[in-house]
Amino acid sequence: MSVLNNLIGGLSLGSVYAIIALGYTMVYGIAKMLNFAHGDVIMIGGYMCFCAMQYLGLPPVVGILIAMVVCTVLGVLIESLAYRPLRGAPSLAVLITAIGVSYYLQNAALLIWSSNPKSFTSVVALEPIQLAAGRLTVTGEAIVTIIAAVVIMTALTIFTSRTKMGKAMRAVSEDRGAAQLMGININRTISMTFAIGAALAAIAGVLYCSAYPTLSPTTGSLPGIKAFTAAVFGGIGSIPGAMLGGILLGIIEIFSNAYISTQLSDAIVFAVLIIVLLIKPTGLLGKKIREKV
Amino acid sequence: MKKVISILLVVLLMAAVFTACGSKDAAPAPASNAPAASDSGSGTIKIGGIGPTTGAAAVYGTAVKNGAQIAVDEINAMGGLQIEYKFQDDEHDAEKSVNAYNALKDWGVQMICGTVTTTPCIAVAAEANSDRVFMLTPSASSPLVNHGENGAYDYDNVFQLCFTDPDQGLASAQYIVDHDLGKKVAIIYNNADAYSTGIYQTFKAKAAELNLEVVSTTTFTDDTTDFSVQVADAQSNGADVVFLPIYYEPAALILRQAKSIGYAPVFFGVDGMDGILTLEGFDASLAEGVMLLTPFSADAKDERTASFVKKYTEAFGETPNQFAADGYDVIYALWNAAKAAGINDKTSAADACEKLIATFSGGSFSVDGVTGAGMKWSKEGTVTKAPKAVVIQNGVYVGF
Repeated sequence: MSVLNNLIGGLSLGSVYAIIALGYTMVYGIAKMLNFAHGDVIMIGGYMCFCAMQYLGLPPVVGILIAMVVCTVLGVLIESLAYRPLRGAPSLAVLITAIGVSYYLQNAALLIWSSNPKSFTSVVALEPIQLAAGRLTVTGEAIVTIIAAVVIMTALTIFTSRTKMGKAMRAVSEDRGAAQLMGININRTISMTFAIGAALAAIAGVLYCSAYPTLSPTTGSLPGIKAFTAAVFGGIGSIPGAMLGGILLGIIEIFSNAYISTQLSDAIVFAVLIIVLLIKPTGLLGKKIREKV
Repeated sequence: MKKVISILLVVLLMAAVFTACGSKDAAPAPASNAPAASDSGSGTIKIGGIGPTTGAAAVYGTAVKNGAQIAVDEINAMGGLQIEYKFQDDEHDAEKSVNAYNALKDWGVQMICGTVTTTPCIAVAAEANSDRVFMLTPSASSPLVNHGENGAYDYDNVFQLCFTDPDQGLASAQYIVDHDLGKKVAIIYNNADAYSTGIYQTFKAKAAELNLEVVSTTTFTDDTTDFSVQVADAQSNGADVVFLPIYYEPAALILRQAKSIGYAPVFFGVDGMDGILTLEGFDASLAEGVMLLTPFSADAKDERTASFVKKYTEAFGETPNQFAADGYDVIYALWNAAKAAGINDKTSAADACEKLIATFSGGSFSVDGVTGAGMKWSKEGTVTKAPKAVVIQNGVYVGF
C-alpha cells in the first residue's frame, strides 16, 4: 500500500512540476529563451494569494484570481521591460538578464514581506479521501493538483493548435522572420506567451504552497529549477513533454526519497536527467530539428 | 531622451547612496552619560548580541534580542554598572554571523550574548576563541560550540545558558518513558544540521537504554518541503510518539502532512519547536497537543517570570517564548559575572574574557533566572538546571 501512497505523492508533486514546466516550455518554444525568473513568479503568485487570504480575508478563489492577474501583469511587464529590448541580442545576454530578473524579484519580495517564512493556508477545502481501510490516503491537494495539470495541458494543446493566437505562436516558434512577413505581430505574440506562462506560474505557486505550506522569498527557486529540469527531460518546447517530464520527475523524486535515500533524492533526479539526455539529447518527446546550413 | 533618463538614474543612485549613509549615522547610539567611575560596579560595559532576526530562524533571534533588551532596560534603570547593548543580525548563516561578530568587535564589544543558533555559533566561537572574547550563548545547544565532537577542541571562552543537545536528547527520552507517552517512537530529524543530529544521537542511545522502541527513523535536509515519505513511514510502523528534534519550520510542515493523512500521534519536540505558534499564518490547531521540552514556561507563577512576561508582552505585543527568556537570563548572567569580576568600561575584551571564564567556572557563581533557579556552570561551559516540558493547548503553552 505504501507504494501506492508514494505513487500518489509523486503524481501530485509531479503535477506541480508539470504546471511550472509548461510555463517554461511555452516561453522557450516561442520566445526561444530560458526564463529563469519563472520560479520567482511562482513565489510572487504564492505571496499574492497569501496576502489576499490572510490580510484581506478574501475567499481562496478570489485569492487565486488576484494571484493570476498580478502575475500576468508582472509577466508582461518583465517581458516588455527586460527582455524586449534584447530581442536581437545574443542569447547569453538574455539568459543573464533572466537571472538578474530572478534576483530582482527575490530581493523585492525580501523587502516587501521580509524573509520570515509564512505558513500558507491551503486553498483546497477538500477532505482527504481514505481508501482501503485507511491505509491509502489521497489528499484534496493531490486531487486538485493532478486535475489542474491535466486540464491546463489539454487547454494549452487546444489553444496552440486551434486558435488564431495559438497558430501565431507556433508560427513565431517555427520561423520568427517569416511569421513577421506574414503579418504576425511578434511582440504581441511573445507578450501573450509570457502572460500565459505567468498565469500558469501563479496557479502553480498557489498549488505548491497549498501542498507544502511554507512561503518565503526563495520558495520558488528550487521547484523552478526542478521544473526546468522536467521541461528539458520531457523535451523543451513540447507541451506534452513538459507534462510527462514533470510527472516522471515527481515520481522519481518521491520514490528515491522513500526507497533509496532522502539525501540522495535530488542527486538521483538529476542523474536520471543526465542519462536521458545522453541517450536522447532532445528529451523524451523533443523534436529533432535539423539546422540547415 | 535616453540621456535625460540616465542622468535621472544617476541622481537617484546618488540619493540612495547618501540616504543609506545617513541612516547608518542615525543608528541609535546609546549615550553613555553615566560618569565613568573607576570603582567596579559602575561605568558601562558593552555587550553585543548576534542572532537571526530575519530568515528562517528569525523567531529565535528576534526573541533573544527582545528578551535581552528587557534585561538591559531593567539594569540600566537600576543604576550601578550600566550596559550598552547592540544586536546584529546573522540570518542563521555562519558566514554572516562571523561578519556580525567582526562588526561588534569594531564597535568595541567586551562580551557577547550569542550566537543564537548552533551552526553560526560554531563559526563565531572559533573566531572568538582566538581573539579571546567571552561568549555566553542563550540557545546554541550543541557541544560543538565549545568542545567539538568527542572533545576535538576546547573553546574555554564559550559558555551555554541552555541545555546542551545531549542533555535534551537524554531528557526527552526520559520524559517519554517516565510519563508513558507511548511505546513506539518514530524520529524525524534533519541530518544536514548539527543541532538536530546531536539530539537524535543521544536520544537514540538513551531510548535503547530505557527499552523505548524506535520503530522508524527518517531524515530530511534543509531544502526538504515534502514530508509525505517520512510521515507515512512513522504511520505505517505504528509509532504512537513522533520525536522531532528539529526547528519549527519543518515541524509545521510535518504537522500539516500528518493531519492531511489523518495520523495523530503525540508529537514531542525540543527547544527548536519553540516559536511554532508565532509562524505567520500557521493554523494553531495543528499544534494542539504538541509537547516540547523547554526550561521556560510563560504561565509559571513565580514573581520573576510574571514580571518578565508582563514587561515583554507590553513592549512587544506577544508572549515571550523560551528564547526570549534565554536572552533575558544571558544579560543578567553576564552583568552579575561582570560585577563579580570587577569588569568596567576600561577592561579590554581579552581581560574581560579571562575574568569571566574564571567567574563562570569558579564553582561559587550562580544565577537565578526565568529559565531556572541557581544555574551553575561547569568548566566545559555547560549549565546545570532542571528540564521542564510543556504541552500546547488552545494555542498556548501549558506546563505538563
